[in-house]
Amino acid sequence: MTVQLTHFSAAFVFALFASIVFGITHRETTREMVRYGLKCFAMFLGGALAAGWAMWLVRR
Amino acid sequence: MANSTTAKTKAVEPAQSASMMAVIAPAVGWLIPGAGHLIQRRWIRGLLLLISIGTLFLLGLLMQGHIYKANGGDILDILGFIGDLGAGGMYIATLAMNAGQGAIAFAIADYGTKFMIVAGLLNFIAVADAYHIAIGKKQ
Repeated sequence: MTVQLTHFSAAFVFALFASIVFGITHRETTREMVRYGLKCFAMFLGGALAAGWAMWLVRR
Repeated sequence: MANSTTAKTKAVEPAQSASMMAVIAPAVGWLIPGAGHLIQRRWIRGLLLLISIGTLFLLGLLMQGHIYKANGGDILDILGFIGDLGAGGMYIATLAMNAGQGAIAFAIADYGTKFMIVAGLLNFIAVADAYHIAIGKKQ
């Protein structure tokens, strides 16, 4: 059995799980964990999208 | 006299328990991601870590990712091995099943390789967190 993810879905899955672990391990309270996890998720995915558009601009 | 002995015993017991947990929790957490939290009754955190790290590693394997063995060659291969090693029991089981041995022939397989390395590195962080909980540095 093999899994074929698109580039975006691979980035999404990576961002999701890495953010969950970062949130749990880097903050003390539940509220802070959720906030930090969401922030990490946005940064991961936003960073990937920004880098993608930057490469598109460079290529033109 | 008897009272003071009892008080001393009561004071020593939690300290010994904490020091035992400071060894056991990281060890168990390395073998099974999240287990270091689960044995300290952090159920939700432990389950989330298990699901997150386990899924990331399994997806990497299913994406035809390559798993690194102990080696003394290229520095990137050595770093890949250190990352993979963090996954603990999953890494050992993967090697035992002789899985993840294919060449990285396409982009998704390369992503899979990175997924497994990152799963191992995230597990190192989870192990450190379990240790901090065991020594009382974190709730």
